[in-house]
Amino acid sequence: MRTLIKFAILGAALVGAALWWMSAPQGLSEAHFFIYATNDKSGPPPDAEVGKLVFIAGGCAACHSAETGADPLLLAGGKDFPSDFGTFYAPNISSDTQYGIGSWTVTEFATAVTLGVSPDQKHYYPAFPYTAYAGLSRKDVTDLFAYMQTLPASDTPSRAHEVGFPFNIRRGIGLWKQRYMPDSYPDPTDRGAYLVETLAHCGECHTPRDALGGLDRTRWLHGAPNPSGKGTIPGLTPAQLEWSEPDIVEYLTSGFTPEYDSAGGEMVHVIENLAQLPRADREAIAAYLLALPAP
Amino acid sequence: MRIFSGKPMMALVGATCIAGATMAASHAGKVHDGAVGARHAQMQMISYHTGVLGDMAKGSVDFDAAMAQAAAANLKHLAAMAPATLWTDGSEQGAVEGSRAKPEIWSDAAGFAAKFKVLEDASAALMDVADLDALRAGMGGVSGSCKGCHQGYRGPKN
Repeated sequence: MRTLIKFAILGAALVGAALWWMSAPQGLSEAHFFIYATNDKSGPPPDAEVGKLVFIAGGCAACHSAETGADPLLLAGGKDFPSDFGTFYAPNISSDTQYGIGSWTVTEFATAVTLGVSPDQKHYYPAFPYTAYAGLSRKDVTDLFAYMQTLPASDTPSRAHEVGFPFNIRRGIGLWKQRYMPDSYPDPTDRGAYLVETLAHCGECHTPRDALGGLDRTRWLHGAPNPSGKGTIPGLTPAQLEWSEPDIVEYLTSGFTPEYDSAGGEMVHVIENLAQLPRADREAIAAYLLALPAP
Repeated sequence: MRIFSGKPMMALVGATCIAGATMAASHAGKVHDGAVGARHAQMQMISYHTGVLGDMAKGSVDFDAAMAQAAAANLKHLAAMAPATLWTDGSEQGAVEGSRAKPEIWSDAAGFAAKFKVLEDASAALMDVADLDALRAGMGGVSGSCKGCHQGYRGPKN
């Protein structure tokens, strides 16, 4: 009997150790992401103008802007995101060196955006859509960082998330990532897929989630309940949407549906952003959506 | 034999009051149902006429100055409708079936009226539109007014 208990304790300890090891935040080493190092001369120099388009397509300001009505480029954070797991608050990602990301290195930035790991080696909650941003090209991340450094600073401290047990144990997110980080990402030259899946992270809202908050990729862009509890987010497959290519492009440009209703909710911000991209980008999104398999 | 003893009398009075209140509520409900229906009709008319202009602006329909001017004139009148009959107090989302009106419509009536004025002015500016370029230039004001008002005063889809 005592032997059995010993084995049980040993087994539990081993499982615990394995989980602890598996949940460890994995950062990017300078060597791994050499191109991000500012002293590296082999890569192209960061281009803040291109970074601005990455910023717009990525929709960073839609979540990280201060209150509605303020300068949308003042990324003071504070917007609340209610969910089944608690309420998340967008943090300050302005260029402030103390309260924002102004003192970060480009490697720390890339680690945060593409792996969801903070400079002090903690997991971010996946309310931050790094599962999508993980597919960003190195050049886009570098250019994005260069652009964000040009934006104004805010000394508003980030608000702590309100998340209950057990989801307040950040280490658990490491295990979540093991299960839900995608195995592969679209090639950045496949513009429609890169925009929908990576930059504009459309799947975050338009794909349903399972009980643990991971995307159910077998129902990719099939629509989902609205996490705010009000209404549903529509499916985007051709069978569900029934819009033509010009319909989709028009909607993403002016916000008008084919019936000339105007876009509502979060899509208002999304369209404000996508309308600033070249028309070819909106056409690429439409082509991608029209090629989606039926649910 | 007393026909009306104290307690049954009280019950009768109470029942009459409840019946009266219910009738008043259902009367108000009918007024609100009618108002919400009329608002939807107004919005349907606005979207139809916006569509006449929008289809020309995006090139799916050939530009027709007379049609564009007529659509703009109708839009202007639709935007200028007096709110009292349409936006009845108490017909917000949640209170009346089908309504997506936010409470801000009543708590910020001046701001709400100003949004309709944006559409009125944007459509008035197109009432003498003579060519496609001018239509395209003016179309942004119309589409912007839809978004500008819906953002603050229309609730989410149910």
